[in-house]
Amino acid sequence: MTPRFITRSLFFFMTLLLIEQFLNGLQIGLLLFLLAAGLTLVFGIMDLVNLAHGSLYMMGAFFAATLTEWTGSFLLGALLALPATALLGIVVEVIALRNLYTRDHLDHVLATFGLILFFNELARILFGVGGMAIPLPDSLLTHFEVLPGLPYPTYRFLIIVVGLLCAVFLYVLVQKTRLGMLIRAGATNREMVGALGIDIKLLFTLVFGLGAALAALAGLMAAPITTVQIGMGDNILILALVVIVIGGIGSIRGAFIAAVMIGLVDTMGRAFLPNMLGTVLSPADAGTVAEALSSMLIYILMSGVLVLRPAGLFPAPGR
Amino acid sequence: MKMSTLLRVTGALAVSALALTAADHAAAQAKKIKIGFVTTLSGPNAAYGIDMRNSFELALDHMGRKMGGIPVEVIYEDDEQKPEVGKQKTDKLLQRDRVDFMAGYIWSNVLLASYKPVVDSKTFLISANAGPSQLAGEQCNPYFFAASWANEQNPMGVGHLLNQKNVKRLYIVAPNYAAGQDMANGVKATFKGEVVGQDMTRWPDQLDFSAEISKIRATKPDAVYIFFPGRAGVQFYTQYSQANLKKEIPLYSVFTVDGVTLKLQKDLVLDTYFGLFWAPDLPYAANQKFVTDYKKKHKDTPTFYGAQSYDVANLIASAVAATKGNLKDKEGLRKALEAANFDSVRGPMKFNKNHFPIHAIYQQEAYKVSENEYDIRTISKIIDNLEDPSAPKCKM
Amino acid sequence: MSSLLRLKSPITTIAGSILLVLLGLVPVFAMLLDDPFMLTLFTRIVIMAIAAVSLNLILGYGGMVSFGHAAYIGVGGYAIGILAHHGITEAWIQWPVALIGSALVALLIGLLSLRTKGIFFIMLTLALAQLVYYLGNGAYAYGGDDGLTILQRTDLGGLLDLNDKETLYYLCWVLLVIVLWLTYRVVNSRFGMVLQGAKSNDRRMATLGFPVFRYRLTAFVISGTICGLAGILTATYTDFISPAMMHWTRSGDLIVMVVLGGMGSLFGPLFGAVTFLMLEEILSSWTEYWKIVFGPILLLVVLFARGGIDGAMVRGAAGYALTGLITLFLIYVVHYLWYDDWIPAAVVLAGAAAAILAIWYRQRREAVAIASAGGDHA
Repeated sequence: MTPRFITRSLFFFMTLLLIEQFLNGLQIGLLLFLLAAGLTLVFGIMDLVNLAHGSLYMMGAFFAATLTEWTGSFLLGALLALPATALLGIVVEVIALRNLYTRDHLDHVLATFGLILFFNELARILFGVGGMAIPLPDSLLTHFEVLPGLPYPTYRFLIIVVGLLCAVFLYVLVQKTRLGMLIRAGATNREMVGALGIDIKLLFTLVFGLGAALAALAGLMAAPITTVQIGMGDNILILALVVIVIGGIGSIRGAFIAAVMIGLVDTMGRAFLPNMLGTVLSPADAGTVAEALSSMLIYILMSGVLVLRPAGLFPAPGR
Repeated sequence: MKMSTLLRVTGALAVSALALTAADHAAAQAKKIKIGFVTTLSGPNAAYGIDMRNSFELALDHMGRKMGGIPVEVIYEDDEQKPEVGKQKTDKLLQRDRVDFMAGYIWSNVLLASYKPVVDSKTFLISANAGPSQLAGEQCNPYFFAASWANEQNPMGVGHLLNQKNVKRLYIVAPNYAAGQDMANGVKATFKGEVVGQDMTRWPDQLDFSAEISKIRATKPDAVYIFFPGRAGVQFYTQYSQANLKKEIPLYSVFTVDGVTLKLQKDLVLDTYFGLFWAPDLPYAANQKFVTDYKKKHKDTPTFYGAQSYDVANLIASAVAATKGNLKDKEGLRKALEAANFDSVRGPMKFNKNHFPIHAIYQQEAYKVSENEYDIRTISKIIDNLEDPSAPKCKM
Repeated sequence: MSSLLRLKSPITTIAGSILLVLLGLVPVFAMLLDDPFMLTLFTRIVIMAIAAVSLNLILGYGGMVSFGHAAYIGVGGYAIGILAHHGITEAWIQWPVALIGSALVALLIGLLSLRTKGIFFIMLTLALAQLVYYLGNGAYAYGGDDGLTILQRTDLGGLLDLNDKETLYYLCWVLLVIVLWLTYRVVNSRFGMVLQGAKSNDRRMATLGFPVFRYRLTAFVISGTICGLAGILTATYTDFISPAMMHWTRSGDLIVMVVLGGMGSLFGPLFGAVTFLMLEEILSSWTEYWKIVFGPILLLVVLFARGGIDGAMVRGAAGYALTGLITLFLIYVVHYLWYDDWIPAAVVLAGAAAAILAIWYRQRREAVAIASAGGDHA
């Protein structure tokens, strides 16, 4: 047990912790990305600020929990919840949101805020007040060694995998397919797209459904960790809004980078700030101050980005 | 057009004023004891408010809905977990319904926003849950009683438990708000070992504890102590188990496992321990009656929120009986309340000079009754007659 | 759609004035009906009306959607609370500190956010207000999230006793009148013209040589200061201040009040505040599920009754507003007879939907009439 051995193992040990926290941050960031992607798509194409996106996140989680109970399989429940929520989203779009496209952002905020209130109470009536939990199948409750000496929960790793796959899928969709071309064109100039003979209404409805499905995916992936409860979408919605504002409206790439950045900043802040502050403050004070600081960090980050780049990091061209 | 619009507008305003005043339709003249009960009946934590209401009602049923021979009327109001709303409902109960006693209050910030007009009007306020240290210390008041506990008491009990279990290195995780601070400080007040790490998490937004759990794994303490009321408790246990730490590092908690969260936590909380002043299986007669009848009526086990509310009802009843129904005898009522001459579901208890209880704290765990049914049981008594540390600051 | 036109509309001015007078008579009503709670409720309504009026200045007239106005209520309130905590209760110290503090915070937030527009402005004001909220949460010396109880009310030096409920109410009411008058003067001045001009087209105003940013910033600071006044009164009235009062959902409530009452009209925020808070009070005493009703009502108002209550009055749709109120009253009767949760909720929803659809139908008819006459765009 030479001093050199101790310092080297401490160093190795610290690096393992660093990697583990990095994975934690990545996982949180990717969940946030799943939620923000739908939001930025809808905002980019239809210029619609949809605060009820958080409610779709919640309904997706509730559907998945209920369907998992009925079918006994988490996979089946998840796969069925996606189209169910997409359908719900489409219904909401056709009935309520369609009329808002020509209005200004304030109207969107108010109208969709009303929808949030409605959905929260609806969920309470349909699913009860206690919330639900999604029990994971045993295969997902294990660990595996990402690196020697670093066991990481399988399920969280699955989130990372799914998140990255979705990012790739969305990239391919937006950059390489005809639908994606329409989406990009619509984000830049929707009147022109309509003038070129594309059924703009159908496009909007499809995009909204896609956004709803992404929100549901985020919700049902988060649910086994955080449980399903009423109002679960409200707080994370603010974070998603911060993500798309930093990333640039309508930009999937921007949402990805911003979401991962926020996830990492938040996690690293929580992980290492208390220790860093602990060198100058008492442990209890360090904990409190660190937490207050890390809450503010994200908003400070957003304010900083907006002051320097008022349209976000990757604004859609032509805006 | 102008004149008719004028009339319409005036009419509309008059109608609404009427509607408001018509809300007080129960202008009963008969002698009654009126109790106002403010709790959370909507939102994610409504289950606790409903539990409190059920328990209070059960207590009233048990005493034939009369206190000292006089019929009792209770008015329940929803504070929506917001201080402003709680204050408004409290004002309404005080000024419009003119209640004789005020009770309830789950949340400290709602209580702190609402209590002053109540005690200023010389009406007794008995908290059925919230026990902020301000009201146990400098702001203690002759008209305020807490039938539950002071924030730091239960954690102090857990601190003693940790000592009894020979824990030397402890990691603390709690949410960063006033109650969370109290719960962390409480355990540190009695725990004799070393606190190797303390993480305060964002409240109520933070639902993902991966960063904190990774740190726990890296630090390898002898035990972990947490406080996460309501929903967050389910989340922490889920993630802690998923990280496979439950078997390696014992988990102790306070106010994190209760009848409501147990339904979602299920197996996750087995083999973890917590400390509280009350459990459904305490052998006292009053408790057995309460729990058995509650189970029969509501097909569910009551939580400690309910137990506290049951006690509040009986506490008030004892005071009314002592003054023979003379509610104007404030001095007499106060002495009777201070005497706590009733059978509490927690067993023997008395009030400290700051009107907060002195009682025993027990070690508890959850166990599986049958498939999908769980309950809480007592393992041992940690300490008897525990006082809260803010009492010396009270100048009563 | 010149808001100046609305200001001079006789119907809304009369209705607004009547409402103000009725509000001034509330203590009399409360005494006659022996209902002290009415006084308490309306004190809160009047204070919120002051906050709504302040927001209307920049939102309704200036087109700036500030989603962080509740922060100024917090700043004003905490100034009172912190000073009182340290034993300073003299009004001539507390009030200036609170007002100047709110002005400074508004200046800071305005400087940072007024460079952006649209959703970015909304998010930035929200984010900066959340920073203030988290600061309040973290200030454990002053209660943190538990809030700060104010044990002694502001001392006006023998002039007025603020411990007397009626005196406090009249103080709030007089301040509301003053604030309304102030808004009227500001909006009808050259400053106000520039502001409203910038709302419809800021490039045009800039071309005309007006420093739009400076005008907006000034309006923002004025608005923040008046909202700080509402904060002072809130702290006085509740003897309590907590970070929860600064949360962004509170700012959302203020925006709803302004929109509901009619943006860009003088008495609009007054109608909005009264309606919103009374609806909240009435509905929540009927059913715990009242938000399932309120949510769609909000949605329907935004979709179909864009001008709010004020707009409805201008268009001669006061009858519809009355229909709505009568519907509410009927539902109350239903609830009184039938103590069931979802029935009143469903009936209120139906009633409100009917009322608002009627307004919308009326508006559509008028819009068609205007369009065919080649009128302006909404």
